[in-house]
Amino acid sequence: MIQLTDVHKAFGSNRVLRGVNLTIPKGTSMVIIGGSGTGKSVALKCVLGLVRPDSGTITVDGLNVEKGDRDAFLAKFGMLFQGGALFDSLPVWQNVAFRLLRGSLKRPKDEAREIAIEKLRRVGLKPDVADKYPAELSGGMQKRVGLARAIAAEPEIIFFDEPTTGLDPIMSGVINELIREIVVEMGATAMTITHDMTSVRAIADNVAMLHDGVIKWTGPVAQMDDSGDPYLDQFIHGRAEGPIEAVR
Amino acid sequence: MNITSPLAAVGRQVLAMLALIGQVSIYAAQTVSHLLRPPFYGREFLHALVQIGWLSLPVVGMTTLFTGGALALQIYAGGARFNAEAVVPSIVAIGMVRELGPVLGGLMVAARVASSIAAEIGTMKVTEQIDALVTLSTHPMKYLTLPRVLAATLAVPVLVGVGDVIGIMGGYLVGITRLDFNAATYMKNTIDFLETFDVVSGLIKGAAFGFIVALMGCFYGMNSGRGAQGVGRATKSAVVAASVLIFAANYLLTELFFSA
Ligand SMILES: Nc1ncnc2c1ncn2[C@@H]1O[C@H](COP(=O)(O)OP(=O)(O)OP(=O)(O)O)[C@@H](O)[C@H]1O
Ligand SMILES: [Mg+2]
Repeated sequence: MIQLTDVHKAFGSNRVLRGVNLTIPKGTSMVIIGGSGTGKSVALKCVLGLVRPDSGTITVDGLNVEKGDRDAFLAKFGMLFQGGALFDSLPVWQNVAFRLLRGSLKRPKDEAREIAIEKLRRVGLKPDVADKYPAELSGGMQKRVGLARAIAAEPEIIFFDEPTTGLDPIMSGVINELIREIVVEMGATAMTITHDMTSVRAIADNVAMLHDGVIKWTGPVAQMDDSGDPYLDQFIHGRAEGPIEAVR
Repeated sequence: MNITSPLAAVGRQVLAMLALIGQVSIYAAQTVSHLLRPPFYGREFLHALVQIGWLSLPVVGMTTLFTGGALALQIYAGGARFNAEAVVPSIVAIGMVRELGPVLGGLMVAARVASSIAAEIGTMKVTEQIDALVTLSTHPMKYLTLPRVLAATLAVPVLVGVGDVIGIMGGYLVGITRLDFNAATYMKNTIDFLETFDVVSGLIKGAAFGFIVALMGCFYGMNSGRGAQGVGRATKSAVVAASVLIFAANYLLTELFFSA
């Protein structure tokens, strides 16, 4: 279980998170939606300890993320970054198998490569991309390599920052199914950020909407359509009119 | 405008400077402390060794070759004023080995290596690759900083050694072709007047400069601002800081070794 309690984070005068409260039960899939620049990516990074919150507490399985053994903590996680964040000095397969080539999960090179190729297949990439470098791939392909890297070591908790942005509709469908599978079959806890409402419905058990630095609405995906929350309604129907100012 | 505001501005600059020195010192201490704690990324180290050491050879070689030649001409012209042309071989050798080899080698490595390290790590930082490293349970300092700093500390003395030889050769070539020195006499003078510590002190300087260069590249890369502009600024700062620190360290080490 991941729990955020009253998390605040500001960058200078830009107060991004202003008291975020959110609970993600173990083995469920939470989708976070919200306008561009509202701090969704920052919230994920706070959980991982990549960004330190100004105040508030974040616990994973009851343990405060700022205390305790960082290595053991991070070993549970997989993360797909919004920009892919592939290591451009390494070929694709070494990116995917990064964890399997060093550290506590280290295994023989051949085996690591095989796992990498299998993960690439699961995100719809052919084995011949394995030896290419990230810069030789299209944006959508890079995204999928990032996804393969996030799931390569079969983590217990996986964060996906906009997994389907830049993908065609069919490939988005494949990725949505994959994320669903990871949660249902592997029992992983997933936290996904997306702007794609089709993805939300395909992936989510629960949905949370971040706006003005707080969680405006959270609940099961089935209740999303008749929440009665004007912010959420405006967002899921993509209306320019409503409580969320579209032109700033 | 307040009458004290220029003073306040100076004060702010001084405080920022002191804070920076503190940060760099802590960063250096952390880097060294990682040397003692596993894991050690051998492949990264070897890669850095090739990048920093082997690929800098041409630049350092050319620099010292021409400098050695010019030095011979200058010392000959200067020495001629009091009939001391014969000192050319020994002064070229001593000047090269003690001072010019390490300083020029260090500066060329600063230009080549500090910039490329800062740009590479800075780009990794702004494209979230550093964050990705952390989430993949890899400490950026162990994976990126330590291999580069260690490689530079070990490689630059070797580069300096090679540069010394090439620089002396530059002086020798000019000496025997342009200044009518006898080849055998030139060699003998070079060897006779050179002491072991002249060479060793230069190599120690080289190690210190290598450490400075890689450390500045990594430090400014890791602290790079956002976007292309941030990386550009980090690169510039790394080269400037490395060069200035090389001169400062050179003075301090020279004072330490030779003032008595
Ligand atoms: N390292 C940082 N330094 C300064 N400001 C930052 C930093 N990271 C994020 N921000 C600011 O925090 C705010 C939220 O950024 P974040 O990336 O979390 O948005 P987001 O909700 O993920 O948006 P999008 O949907 O466009 O990805 C933005 O205003 C951004 O400028
Ligand atoms: Mg984002």
